[in-house]
Amino acid sequence: MPDKKRTVRVPIGPQHPALKEPESFMVDLQGEKISSVALRLGYNHRGIEKGCEERTYMQDLYLVERVCGICSHSHATAFIQAVEEIAGLEIPRRAKYIRTLIAELERVHSHLLWLGVAGHEIGFDTLLMYSWRDRELVMDLFAELTGNRVNYAMNTLGGVRRDIAAEQFPHIQKIVDTLEERTKYYIELAMTEETLAQRLSGVGYLSKEDAVRLGAVGPTSRASGADRDTRRDDPYAAYDELDFKVITDDRCDVLGRAVVRLGELMQSYSMIRQILKQMPEGPITVKAPLKIPAGEAVSRYEAPRGEDVHYVRANGTDKPERVKVRAPTLANTQSVAKMLEDGYLADLPIVVAAIDPCFSCTDRTIAVQGNGDSKTMGWEELVQYGVRWYRDRGVDPSRIKVRGDESA
Amino acid sequence: MTVGSAVLSILVFPGFLFLVAFGLAGEFVDRKLYARLQNRQGPPWYQPLADFLKLLGKENVIPEDADRPIFRLAPVFALAATIAAILYIPLWSTTSVLPFEGDLIVVLYLLVIPTVAFFLGGWTSRSVFATIGAFRAITQVFAYEIPLFVALLAPALLANTWSISGIAAYYGSHPWMWLVNLLGFGVALVSLLGKLEKVPFDTPEAETEIVAGSFTEYSGRRLAFFRLAIDCEAIVGASLVAAVFLPFGLGLPPVLGILVYLAKVLLILGTLALLRTLFARLRIDQMVHFCWSVVAPIAFLQILINLVVRELI
Repeated sequence: MPDKKRTVRVPIGPQHPALKEPESFMVDLQGEKISSVALRLGYNHRGIEKGCEERTYMQDLYLVERVCGICSHSHATAFIQAVEEIAGLEIPRRAKYIRTLIAELERVHSHLLWLGVAGHEIGFDTLLMYSWRDRELVMDLFAELTGNRVNYAMNTLGGVRRDIAAEQFPHIQKIVDTLEERTKYYIELAMTEETLAQRLSGVGYLSKEDAVRLGAVGPTSRASGADRDTRRDDPYAAYDELDFKVITDDRCDVLGRAVVRLGELMQSYSMIRQILKQMPEGPITVKAPLKIPAGEAVSRYEAPRGEDVHYVRANGTDKPERVKVRAPTLANTQSVAKMLEDGYLADLPIVVAAIDPCFSCTDRTIAVQGNGDSKTMGWEELVQYGVRWYRDRGVDPSRIKVRGDESA
Repeated sequence: MTVGSAVLSILVFPGFLFLVAFGLAGEFVDRKLYARLQNRQGPPWYQPLADFLKLLGKENVIPEDADRPIFRLAPVFALAATIAAILYIPLWSTTSVLPFEGDLIVVLYLLVIPTVAFFLGGWTSRSVFATIGAFRAITQVFAYEIPLFVALLAPALLANTWSISGIAAYYGSHPWMWLVNLLGFGVALVSLLGKLEKVPFDTPEAETEIVAGSFTEYSGRRLAFFRLAIDCEAIVGASLVAAVFLPFGLGLPPVLGILVYLAKVLLILGTLALLRTLFARLRIDQMVHFCWSVVAPIAFLQILINLVVRELI
């Protein structure tokens, strides 16, 4: 029975060493056990969707690439696929293969990054150092193939920006071989290392029913036995021409999520090899219009963290009318509260990390209309509100010049 | 012992100055080895000293709600207790600076004081992270301290003395008897990991859960002294384990003797660094369970072995 007096409230976040991004977990503890968790997002809203409406499609492509630093190619591809669908563009096969190659390399670097973070969260820094060392190989490969370690900017409307020369294939092959060997070692480690098993096994349990009910996506859902993968269920780019298995696991715990990610790494290596073997010849772009005809489209994409959904509505100009991004973390946050039930405080970091969260990518604002509480503010009104807010707190903003108030 | 030489022993050698220098060097060895084992470059040799000096110059912040005297004194207690302990441990000869019958108990007692200081410091700083860290520290004490006591008791049983110098002298004259205590040596190393709050027993300061545990609210000079106390504790703990479980090469001429002593301590520190590279952090309940179901029985088995061996000789 919960005893009010003995409950300790621990604020994990918005600033906390376990979290790489600002989000808040208000944890009530009974001894070392968690009795309740209050989750709060929204500390890093950046207004990207609104920003997209003010820019052209080509500019938006670079903007949505910055939704996430890890799955940058995922967001860019999901967005551009929607635009291409509205415009009725069919991109060349070679472009599809190059997009898929970058996508799978991105999955490799994302999963290796996750493995390191997971190691750090359970105090196993050696794993962090090892897997991040190996991740450097992929990052350097990205620099070689695309010119950038993150935010590769490979996509363009109607194809890809850069071609990959046949002379670069052996190098990619070599790196994939090295990484495959290392990944095999990590799989063995996850299966045999005693303290690792103690910290991961049975922790953060999420049954298949709950995973489906709470709408979990990606490795989080697959580790609970829910067999769903957009790459297979709704193929895009070159995935319909590749042979791969969807890795699932029925452990339903953090160890299962690690096993699924490691298994997916092995599948990614096999896919990269197939891409290198089957890469068709031909152009890498088709000519694309600057103005996109009116229409709307939803694009689904299997990012490393799960299904990424982009919605674009075009109105015949060179700027979209509406862009909506549903990052995979939003779909997975609901299940975190479920996983933390009756867990230990010590397990909180790893349980949260196990969905591979990307909270800044997730933050959106929603105005609830029709209940009388919400109201809309224009730019002028917002400036006045800001000035008032600071003046009430003793800050004099009269010497600060703001846009739309040039006379001051 | 004259007053002059006593002051010299306490302040210079093997007391404060020597211990601080060796402690910082030991921290460097630990960090460098840890880094190299993880495929990293690691810090330069002066990094621990630089960290210490930098912290000395930083602002001291005391939380408003903290119990000020205890919050201030906790680091001093921790450091003073470790320095006092080294005076009773024979380093390279078979006698320590102040040997007496029963100093083994005193040293063990003195080495609990730093942990109690961590607890008091964390408890009085009133931060929720520090409080949880303090609780975990004190919970851990009950898990590793008793196996450590029992493990150190076993060689003493065989030597039939409560004095560390006496133990060293006994094993000095029975050169191969230390092999009997190998199980106890393992137990002592594991307990030392717990005492120093290193992975896999670093739950009291688990960064990803409770920020820095007991030390969360400490800053500047006081944090510097806490860290120095941990460095010194590592050396004193290693010296104690070396004196009891690795009692060979004692009584050699000074320079050679000191080298053997340094080698033994570095070997123990190296083993600790290796151990903390290998494992993930255990949860506090797993840690207590592990200590009581594995480490403590081994320690008692060591006692049993030594009682049998004593009857046989």
